[in-house]
Amino acid sequence: MKTEELIAALAAGGDVVDPGSAARRHAGAMAVAVLAALLMTLGLLGLQPALPSEALIPMFWVREAFCAALAAAGLLGAARLSRPGAPLGLAPAAIAAPLLILWALALGQLMVAAPQERLNLVLGQTARVCPFLIAMISIPLFVAIFRIMRSLAPTRLRLAGAAGGFAAGAMAALLYTLHCPELAAPFLGIWYLLGILMPTALGAVLGPRLLRW
Amino acid sequence: MPPNEERLRGLLLRGLAGDSSAYHAFLKELSGHLRAFLRKRLASLPEEVEDLVQESLLAVHNQRHTYDPRQPLTAWVLAVARYKLIDLLRRRSRTELLHDPLDEDNELLAASDSEAADARRDIAKLLQQLPDRFRLPIVYVKLEGLSVAEAARRIGISESAVKVGVHRGLKALASKVRSSS
Repeated sequence: MKTEELIAALAAGGDVVDPGSAARRHAGAMAVAVLAALLMTLGLLGLQPALPSEALIPMFWVREAFCAALAAAGLLGAARLSRPGAPLGLAPAAIAAPLLILWALALGQLMVAAPQERLNLVLGQTARVCPFLIAMISIPLFVAIFRIMRSLAPTRLRLAGAAGGFAAGAMAALLYTLHCPELAAPFLGIWYLLGILMPTALGAVLGPRLLRW
Repeated sequence: MPPNEERLRGLLLRGLAGDSSAYHAFLKELSGHLRAFLRKRLASLPEEVEDLVQESLLAVHNQRHTYDPRQPLTAWVLAVARYKLIDLLRRRSRTELLHDPLDEDNELLAASDSEAADARRDIAKLLQQLPDRFRLPIVYVKLEGLSVAEAARRIGISESAVKVGVHRGLKALASKVRSSS
């Protein structure tokens, strides 16, 4: 087939591209994945009984804001990396800022704590399971985000895969706060981050294979 | 920004809204720019140029929904063409052929080349290998120029199934094109 003929074939039919319909489909897929991850959290792990009283502690809201900010930044980065030629813009800074703020807070908490308290601030009660539970909750989100990204056109596949995995991990961390009893900044800065980095690494590995077109 | 950016962008936007003659003009003009861009980059693989022009046109068409009208068209097209070029070179693992740095922005629309060589790979043959649910909608709507309604009647499926068949079929064709080179 000559290039002229290919062009004529591609232009034939005059189908309309409606950008809104893809956005609605993506929003629907994300809503289903969030619901699945929420059901996993509540069904397999259960709601934290102390949640109502914890909600009065400022650190509770710091934790929510930390996870929500990382999730928003990850989704922004994944969206930018899914369109050819779109600039990354503020996405890297939006990922770095909440991390740096939380780490500064963690250092402050460790410095003012009594020496025998410090290990407890880092390990809490649940350090051993926390990253794995976040990674588990991220599975439906990871699948949905990768399916959406496959319908778009990322050109930097490894980075795009990592951003998609990061977004899935951060959203999972936000849902995990419904179950998690830990509020100390050093704990969050290590174990939550580790839980988010697991799907991030998986995304970086799978990106070049799953996202190419 | 190259002077033809605005005009090409206008043609594409009209094409996305359903104006197929504007879209045809867009693809035709773009093919010249792609050819010049790829011919310069593939100086040591001249026989690959036309195949990659076709593969890039198919990619531009299949991914046209990822173009954000607020974004410069040059950046979008350049990213698609560069992705397809790097993808080819990586498959060949001959990245040393890449003499030019690929990061000069805005120069894709600066040159054009309308002399199409023959493609080595025949997309029409690859189309024959697709299953009927993809092949028939593409043949009727895209090659024979039937309306979606007529094609639906002829195949005996719904109009939306024809549209989905064309859409998914062109993506399947693109991946056949990709794995055949």
